[in-house]
Amino acid sequence: MSDTPPVDDATPAPDATPRELPRVVTSRWGLDDSHTLERYEATGGYQALRSVLDKAPQAVVDEVKAASLLGRGGAGFPAGVKWGFCPPGVWPRYLVVNGDESEPGTYKDRILMERDPHQLIEGVLIACYAVGCAQAFLYVRGEMALAQERIAAALNEAYAAGYVGKNILGSDFSVDVVLHWGAGAYIVGEETALIESLEGNRGMPRLKPPYFPAAQGLYLKPTIVNNVETLSNLPWILTNGADAFSALGAESSRGTRLFAVSGHVAEPGVFEVEFGTTTYRDLIYEHAGGIRDGNELKCFIPGGASAPWFFEEHLDLPLETGAVGKAGSMMGSGAIVVMDHTTDAVKACWKVVKFFAHESCGKCTPCREGTDWLEKILERILHGHGRPEDLDLLLDVCDNISPGLAWPPRQTTICPLGPSAVSPVNSAIVRFRDEFEAYIARAEPPAVATVGGPVPVDIRVGASS
Amino acid sequence: MSDTPPQTETVTFTLNGKAVEAEKGELVIKAAERAGVYIPHFCYHPRMKPVGMCRMCIVDIDSGRGPALQPSCMIEVAPDMVVNTESEGTKKAQDGVLEFLLLNHPLDCPVCDKGGECPLQDQTIAYGPGESRFVEEKRHHAKPIAISQNVYLDRERCILCDRCTRFAKEVAGDPLIHFTERGSSTEIATFPDDPFSSYFSGNTVQICPVGALTARPYRFKARPWDLVENESTCTSCSVGCRVSVQTSRDRVLRYQGVDVDPVNWSWLCDKGRFDFEAVHGDERLGAPLLRRDGALADASWNEALGAAAGHLRTALETGGRGSIAVIGGARLTNESAYAWAKLAKGVLGTDHVDAQLGDGLPAAAVLGLPRATVDDVCAPGGTVLLVAPDLKEELPVLYLRLRHAVVSDGARVVELSPTATGITPHAAVSLRHRPGETAAVVRALLAGGEAPAGVDPDAVAAARDLLAGDDLTVVLGRSSLAESAAGPVAAAAAVLEARPGARFLSALRRANVHGALDLGLAPGVLPGRVALDDGRDWFTSHWGSVPAAAGLDTAGILAAAADGRIETLVLLGADPLADFPDADLARRGLEGARSVISVDLYRNASNEHADVVLAAAGYAEVDGTTTNLEGRVSRVSQRVNPPGTARADWIIAAELAFRLGEDLGVESVADLWAEIEQVAPAFAGLTADRLASAAATDGFVVPLPAEAAPEAEPDEAAEGDGDAGEPGVTQPTAEAVSEPADAPATEIVAGADEDAAADDVEDAAADEPGPDRPALLSFAAGAPGEAPAATDAYSLRLVVNRRLYDRGTLVAHSPSLADLAPPAVVHLTPKDHDRIGVGVAGVTEVRIRSARGDVIVPAVADKGLAPGTAALAFRQPGADAATLLDAAAPVTDVRIESVEGGGS
Repeated sequence: MSDTPPVDDATPAPDATPRELPRVVTSRWGLDDSHTLERYEATGGYQALRSVLDKAPQAVVDEVKAASLLGRGGAGFPAGVKWGFCPPGVWPRYLVVNGDESEPGTYKDRILMERDPHQLIEGVLIACYAVGCAQAFLYVRGEMALAQERIAAALNEAYAAGYVGKNILGSDFSVDVVLHWGAGAYIVGEETALIESLEGNRGMPRLKPPYFPAAQGLYLKPTIVNNVETLSNLPWILTNGADAFSALGAESSRGTRLFAVSGHVAEPGVFEVEFGTTTYRDLIYEHAGGIRDGNELKCFIPGGASAPWFFEEHLDLPLETGAVGKAGSMMGSGAIVVMDHTTDAVKACWKVVKFFAHESCGKCTPCREGTDWLEKILERILHGHGRPEDLDLLLDVCDNISPGLAWPPRQTTICPLGPSAVSPVNSAIVRFRDEFEAYIARAEPPAVATVGGPVPVDIRVGASS
Repeated sequence: MSDTPPQTETVTFTLNGKAVEAEKGELVIKAAERAGVYIPHFCYHPRMKPVGMCRMCIVDIDSGRGPALQPSCMIEVAPDMVVNTESEGTKKAQDGVLEFLLLNHPLDCPVCDKGGECPLQDQTIAYGPGESRFVEEKRHHAKPIAISQNVYLDRERCILCDRCTRFAKEVAGDPLIHFTERGSSTEIATFPDDPFSSYFSGNTVQICPVGALTARPYRFKARPWDLVENESTCTSCSVGCRVSVQTSRDRVLRYQGVDVDPVNWSWLCDKGRFDFEAVHGDERLGAPLLRRDGALADASWNEALGAAAGHLRTALETGGRGSIAVIGGARLTNESAYAWAKLAKGVLGTDHVDAQLGDGLPAAAVLGLPRATVDDVCAPGGTVLLVAPDLKEELPVLYLRLRHAVVSDGARVVELSPTATGITPHAAVSLRHRPGETAAVVRALLAGGEAPAGVDPDAVAAARDLLAGDDLTVVLGRSSLAESAAGPVAAAAAVLEARPGARFLSALRRANVHGALDLGLAPGVLPGRVALDDGRDWFTSHWGSVPAAAGLDTAGILAAAADGRIETLVLLGADPLADFPDADLARRGLEGARSVISVDLYRNASNEHADVVLAAAGYAEVDGTTTNLEGRVSRVSQRVNPPGTARADWIIAAELAFRLGEDLGVESVADLWAEIEQVAPAFAGLTADRLASAAATDGFVVPLPAEAAPEAEPDEAAEGDGDAGEPGVTQPTAEAVSEPADAPATEIVAGADEDAAADDVEDAAADEPGPDRPALLSFAAGAPGEAPAATDAYSLRLVVNRRLYDRGTLVAHSPSLADLAPPAVVHLTPKDHDRIGVGVAGVTEVRIRSARGDVIVPAVADKGLAPGTAALAFRQPGADAATLLDAAAPVTDVRIESVEGGGS
C-alpha cells in the first residue's frame, strides 16, 4: 500500500459534475476501518506532518494563507490570517478545536470525527506546529458519543505511535492534545463560550472586547479556535500544495466544502462539493436525490436553523456567502434542511423556536424571556388556543428581540441567538400566514406530516454507498 | 477638601440633540446621568463592572456608522458620538424589555418588601407598557428560600440581573451564589450545603432591583413609604461607613449603605447592617440602677446621679484626684467624649482616663503618626504595608476597599501577619512572623538586615523590592492581642526611620475610638490631639485646670485598682471583664476599686460589680459627630428616642459636674461642638456650618488643610482682632486660627473652677493675652523595647486575633447575628496539629496552658499559620482567650496538649 495516493479514489466522486473533484476531507469515508491508525497510515496519513516538520513554522502559515482556506465553522474567516493574530512573543499559546457542532441539521464535523479522527489529529498537529502551541484542546460536543470514542482511541494510537506527545517523530516538536467532552449546550459552539466552558465556567459568551481569543483566550492566553473541518483540510493542503487547493472553488470561496443535507430529501447525507460554484438545486436534487416520494419542495433552511428560510425561487443560488447573504439568508454552518409540501409550517416554526428557547443561555433579557414566550405562543396556537391577535403579537415580540426584523438581524440581545429564533417565525408567518390563521380559526390545517424529533440519517458518502 | 477632581480629558458628544461634555472613558449611561438624562437600567451598578445583561439601558447610539440600539452601560463616550435616548426605537426597545421582564415576574407587589422602592415598579411606570400581553402561565418556584441565615431568595421575583452574583464575586470575593440552569429556567442558587455566608451578604439585598432578595431582619416590618430616614455614620467599627438610618414609629428597622467616595462606596458589612437590632435589644437599660442591699435595682436619675456624684466626691476627699479613673469612651460621640474629657480632666482632675481597653495602640502613636486616608491606602498602583489585624474580620469595608484596589487598581499589598487573613490571597507578599518579631521583620524589610528565623527569606526579598519606593502607606494595628502594643509601635518607628515620608492608617477597630482619643480620653493627652504638657496653658485658660501629670492607661488603672489605689472607677461604656485582654487583672481591678460607676446601654459582666449604673442613650438615639480611623469627622443622627429615661452620655457628664458644684458650660450638642471647634486644636475651622453643609456627607478629615481652615473664621478674626498676630507662635501644625479668648465657654469654666485650680495648676488661668494654641502632637519613637525571650522548645507562641462575629455587645444583642459567632477553636500548624495528636484516637480538643491560666478548646490544622504559633480568637463562644493573657507580658507563650475525648 506504500503507493497509495493521498486521495482515495476507490469510491465515486461526490458529485455528478463532469469534472473529477479531488476528495479533500472525505477520501476515507467509504472505508470500514477509516478511523484506525493502520488504515490512515496506509492511505497516506501523517505524511503531511512529516513534511511539515522539515519546514519553518512560518512556511506552513504561508502555505495555508496561500491556499485561502476559510474557516468552516460558519463565519468563514481565513484560517492562516487568524493564526497571525496571536500577539508576538506571548506564550503559552493554545489551540482549541471547536468540535461542538450543535446547529440543528449540521453533522459534517461529527462524521469527520467519527470516520477520520486521525486526519483531524494530523490537522491539529500541523496547526500547532504553525502557530507554536504545545497544547491543544479538542472540545467535542457532549452528545457525540461515537466521535468521542473514536477520537479517544485515535489519540491513544497516535500517542503510542509517537505522533502526539513529546518529541514528535524524533523532532523537538512536542504537543499534548487534551480531549474534552462538552455537557450539551448549543451556545458553546460560540468560541468564547466554548473557552468559558473549557475553563470550567458556565458556557456563556464573553463580552467583547477585550476577549478576542487570539489575544486573550483560554486562561487569558493567546488562543486559536479552529473548526474541525477547517483543520481536517490541512493534511491535504500540505500534501498537495496551496495551488492545488486554491484551484478549487470560486474566487472568494476556495477549495471544497462539506454540506449536510437533511429533511425531506430522498437521500440525505454529507456531501463534499466544490465551494462557491455548486447551487442549492445541485445539492438537493443531484446529490441528495431530490425531494422524497416525488413530493414538492415547500421551503428549505439554507444554513442552519438560525437562517431565514429559502423557497423554490432560491434554488439556483450558488453556495457562496455573498450571494446567499444578498438573497436575505446565510450559508452559516453548511446545513440544509429541506421541507416538502406535507410540512406543517406552524409546527416546523415551533420546533425551531423551541430549540432556541431551550438553548438560550439566559444571560440577556430579550433572548431569555422572548424566545420562551415565542415558544409558548406557538405552542398555544398548535394546541388550538390561538387568537387572531397572536400573529401580530408574535411579530412584535420578534421585533423586540430583533428590531425591524431585517436581515442581517439587528438585535437588542448580546449575541445572535435571540434573533436566530426570530428568523423562522418571520419566515413562516410571512410566507405561510394562512396556515397560522387556519390553526387559529380551528380550521383543519393542511394535510401535514409530523416534523418530529430528529430522523436518523444514514450517512452517505458521496452520491451512493 | 479634595474639591479639584483629578485632571481628566474631556470628550464632547451629542445627547438628545445637545452637546454634552463627558470624561474620556466614561460610560454613556453615566455621562448621560451627569448631564441630567436618566437612562433606565437594572443590571448596571456604578460600583461594579457592567455586564450589559438586562438590556434596559439600550439606546440609539451612533458611533459613525448610523444609529444602532446599544447598551449604554457598555459603551464609552467617544468624540462625535450621537446618543438618542428618546428615539422611537429606544422607546420601543425599553418597552419591550420591560414587558419581557414582567412576563414571569409575580406582581406580588402588595406583599413585597421592595414595593414602593422598587426599580422594576418605578421603571415600569416610567417606561413600560401599560399592560402585559402575556396570557400564559408564569414560572413557579418555591418561595422564598433562605440562602443564608439573614438573606432570603424569591426566585419568582428575580429578574436575573447578575447584581448579587457579581457583587459576591467581584466586590466581596465570596462567590457563593451563582446562576444555575439555563435560559428561562435560569435561577440564582448557592452551592449544595454551602450557604451564602458572606460578611457582606446584606449588600445584595440593598442592590437587588426587585424584591428577590430580602433581609430577614427587615422582612415585612415596614413599607418604604412609612420609613423616615436620616443620613448618619455607622459606628459598628471605626471605618465610618455612611448609612441611612431608617425608622418607623420610633423603631430602627433598617440601615442602608450610602455611597460616599472616600469611604464605603455604598457597601456595609452585615454586622454594621444588621446590628440595628441591638438599638432595641430586650435588655437595654431604660433607667439607672443603684446597688441596694447588695443588688442592682431600678432607681430614679436623681438618686443615681446623686449616688454617683457622692462616690466621686468621696474619692476626691479620701484619695485625691489620682484616685478616680475612667475606662472607656469609644462608644461615645465626639461631643460626649469631649464632655467626659472635660469632666474627668478639667473637673475631677484625673488623667487616669483611657478609651481603649488594652487592645489598641498608645494614643501618642495613633494621634502622632503622620496620617493616611483610606483613599491613600487604596490608591491605584500604590504599595501598602499591612502591619494590622485581619481587616476582613475587624474593619470589613476597609477590606473591601483594599481588595478592590488590588484586584482592579493595581495596588500591591505587603502583609505582615502571624496568620493568613482575608487579604492574604490578594497580597503581593504575605509574610508570616511570630508575635514579638513585628518590628524586627519591618526593619529587615525596610532597612536591610536579617529577618528573624522562620520568616520566609524569599518572601522577604520580594517584599523588599515592592517596598523600595519612598511613597509608602502603612495600615497599623494589633495583629495579635497576645503581643503588646509595643510591637506595632516599634514597627511604626522602624518604618519612619527608613521611610520618613511614610503615612499611617490606624486599624483600631472600636467605634469612635479615634474620636475619643482625639478628644482627650487617653492618658497624657488633651482634646484636639494635644499632649498634656503642650496643652497645659491653653486648656488651663479654658478649663481652669488640667491634671498635673500623665496618668495611667487601662492596664495601669486596673493594676492600681487591684492594689487598692483607685477609689472610684468609672466604666464609660466599657466591659473590661469581657474585653480587656487579661481576664485576671480585669477581675482584680474591678474587685479592688472601692466604688464602680458604669455608664452603659446594657448590663454586662463588669457592671454587675457597679454601685451605680447610668443608662445611656446609644446609636441612633443621639445627634453628634463621630470620627473614623482616618480622622474623618462625620455626623451621626438621632432618629429614635432612647428607651425609658436613658440619657446622652454628655448630659450624664454635665449632671455629674453640676452635682459636684461645677458647670461644664454646655447645654446642647451644638454648644459642645462650638467649644470643641474653638478649644481643640485639631478641630479648628470645622464649624457647625461646615458640618451642616452638603459636603458633610463625605465627612471632613481633621485637621483641615491649611487653605480650608481659615475660611470659616472671618467673624472670629474680626472679634479677636486684638489678639491676632502675636509673635512667637511656634506651633507648626495648628493652622492660622486666631485666638478665641472671648469664647463664652471659657469664661464659664474659668469662673467655676476657683476651688479646684490650686492643686494642679501652677499658673493661674486666663491672663489677658491668653496662651498660644498648642501644637498638635507628633509621634516620637521611644527607646526600642527589649525583644521578648525566645520561646522554649515545648511552647508555642500564642496569637489572639478577632472574628467579626463575637460575643461583643452589638452582636450579642442582635438576634440575627448572635448565633453567627463561631465557637472558639485553636488553629495549629499542621505539624503541631499532628504532633499534639489531634484527630488521633478520638482527640478533638486540646488544653492551652499559659502562665495565667488554661482553656480547653477544639483544635484545627491551619496551613496559614506562622511556624511555632497557635491562634485563638478573642471573645468567641466556648472559651475565653483573655484568661491566658498577661497584660504586662510582651508576648504569651503557651503549652498545648491533647485532651482525651470525654474530658478526662
